[in-house]
Amino acid sequence: MTLAAEAVQFDGVAKAFAGAPVLDGVNLSFPTGLTTAVVGESGSGKTTLLQLINGVLRPDAGQVRVFGEAVPCQGVEPFRRRIGYAVQGAGLFPHLTNRQNVVLLAQLEGWTQDAIQARYAELLAEMDLPEEVSGRYPHQLSGGQQQRVGLCRALMLKPGLLLLDEPFSAVDPITRVGIYERFEFVQRHEGVSTVLVTHDVREAVRLGDRLVILRSGRVIRSGPTDAVVSDPGDAYVEQLVNQQL
Amino acid sequence: MLAAAAGHAAEPVRIASKNSNESYLLSEIAAQLLESKGVAVERRFGLGGTLIAFDALVAGEIDLYMEYTGTLSQAILKLGHEASREAMNRRLEGDGLRLLRPFGFNNTYAIAVRRGQAQALGLARIGDLAGHPALKLVFSHEFLEREDGWPGLKRAYGLPLRATGIEHALAYQAIAAGSVDVTDAYSTDGELLRHDLVLLEDDRNFFPQYLAAPLVRADVGAAVIEALETLGDSLDDGAAQALNAAVVVDGLSFAEVAAGFLAERGLAAGAVVAAGGDDLWRSLAANTVQHLKLTLTALGAAVAVGLLLSLLIFRRAVAARLVVYFCGLLQTVPSIALLALMIPLFGIGAAPAVVALFLYSLLPVVRNTVTALTTIDPSLLRVADAMGLSRREQIRHVYLPLSMPSVLAGIRTAAVINIGTATLAAFIGAGGLGDPIVTGLALNDVAFILQGAVPAALLAIATELAFEGVERVAVPGHLRAR
Repeated sequence: MTLAAEAVQFDGVAKAFAGAPVLDGVNLSFPTGLTTAVVGESGSGKTTLLQLINGVLRPDAGQVRVFGEAVPCQGVEPFRRRIGYAVQGAGLFPHLTNRQNVVLLAQLEGWTQDAIQARYAELLAEMDLPEEVSGRYPHQLSGGQQQRVGLCRALMLKPGLLLLDEPFSAVDPITRVGIYERFEFVQRHEGVSTVLVTHDVREAVRLGDRLVILRSGRVIRSGPTDAVVSDPGDAYVEQLVNQQL
Repeated sequence: MLAAAAGHAAEPVRIASKNSNESYLLSEIAAQLLESKGVAVERRFGLGGTLIAFDALVAGEIDLYMEYTGTLSQAILKLGHEASREAMNRRLEGDGLRLLRPFGFNNTYAIAVRRGQAQALGLARIGDLAGHPALKLVFSHEFLEREDGWPGLKRAYGLPLRATGIEHALAYQAIAAGSVDVTDAYSTDGELLRHDLVLLEDDRNFFPQYLAAPLVRADVGAAVIEALETLGDSLDDGAAQALNAAVVVDGLSFAEVAAGFLAERGLAAGAVVAAGGDDLWRSLAANTVQHLKLTLTALGAAVAVGLLLSLLIFRRAVAARLVVYFCGLLQTVPSIALLALMIPLFGIGAAPAVVALFLYSLLPVVRNTVTALTTIDPSLLRVADAMGLSRREQIRHVYLPLSMPSVLAGIRTAAVINIGTATLAAFIGAGGLGDPIVTGLALNDVAFILQGAVPAALLAIATELAFEGVERVAVPGHLRAR
């Protein structure tokens, strides 16, 4: 990856479905090495925003760049492999064991068995997962464990950027706190720039170095988390921020 | 021309028969007669009916079989009731065929009833049936359809009765057991003696003459035709019925009866009776191997084509639906009809049978595969896409393994259908476990039928077990169909 100050840059990005605008004139930058939490209600356009970053969707207008590079139109697979991706409910493949889920991409990339095992063991330790989960299938794990396996899979190829689509919302609140701690530790340790999409303001404030507040396809506030919380600057943002208190 | 004629002479003469015991016997007589003259012969007996045998002859897949004048003039040439042999041969010339001198006996259709019932109800003529509407009539499928069969008979005698269809060989068992009362018979059938059946008199002369005669390709060679002509007028009605009874009642082999007949008439003195390959286990093994060859070839092709086709079309809803409908349509074609349709394209033998079995196997494979591919959890597909798996990698690592239980179930269904349907392939000379079944049906011999039916059933069970094994290896427990 090239050295760019911004992990992701949105310049005048617009996207509409069937004529209805979902994102409208979005200018945003996501700094390298930090976690940016994108908060919004459902329908605010936050999932669309994620899908514009990894090229699943194309903008109608404007440009999205990742580490200074425009999202390619052709041969998008190598580009996506430099971006880790984890979703709500983990999205693990049920026919693969947990280990097979995590190492699939590394095998397709042609890593040696030793390199695969070393990286796998490192991730298990970072996520505080016991070795026994390796040979089991996803349905044999608790929801929290599945979520951690999903994060291991997203991080396997040491991506520079991590996209998280409500990854913790299906986990019960007590387990969630444990996962938050693991995630913060791993995120700093791996130094991975992260875009976290969530409807949960507490989660956003807890995990995000920066906040982006989306409403009806527009960015209504963005900045360092402390600054946004102490100075909402907008009635909607203030109401949102007060929910977490 | 000369070279072609000489080249042809070196090929064995391919003699076929239809699947009635008389047809087997007459063809065996012709075969032994030719062999005694030093002509090489290939036997392709037991073809499944008039249409299949005639088509095979026209297509040049066989050189001769035994046909009946009434069948030829009405059912094949549509010449009407009493066409002469000269008239028929004029029509056959265009196809390069010729009907030789008849054997002499008249094996016409007849209507048979149990002797006891005939006496009790006073049944002597066909017209007498009209007074007994409670009688149960079953006729062979061919008789039920042919204009010189039931439809014409019903009109000629003004019979108000209804009839249903049955395989000819089974009709005798049914009438002997008393579960039906009236059936069609051939007037020289040996079973008439065995089951003590009597024939009702055709007092309105509805049934035409059915004189058996060799129907040959004109290019079979002058020597062969000359030899077969010596069989003309060699059998009267009584002699023909006695020969048939020697097979179906006394249990002699076709080869023995044919050899005895030829020796007695001095037509081929000292004809060798082949031992007939009486080794049960050897023929069982050979039939089973041939059966497996037919089914596995067809199944392998259906799996390869079916999977490829499914992968090509499953993303296009309209195309997928059309292909599944088309494969379903193929399966509604009755198997014997599908086999018959294959003859003009692929001749007779293993090739058309494999093609027909292949077409039958496509539906279960394609339907299960397409259904499985189109019902995969869409959230998993979004993840696969976002992870950066290419189309090909998604097929290999996501679509196929997740579809595997359903795909395997489809292949398993196809395999079992194939094993059953392949027994019908004997009707077009493909061999396999259908061979003893077809022979058994012609002879009305249950032991023969079981020689094909039992191994076929065991094969089907073995297939089920084998697929369970494959599934255990290929599919993780929690994804297996329950």
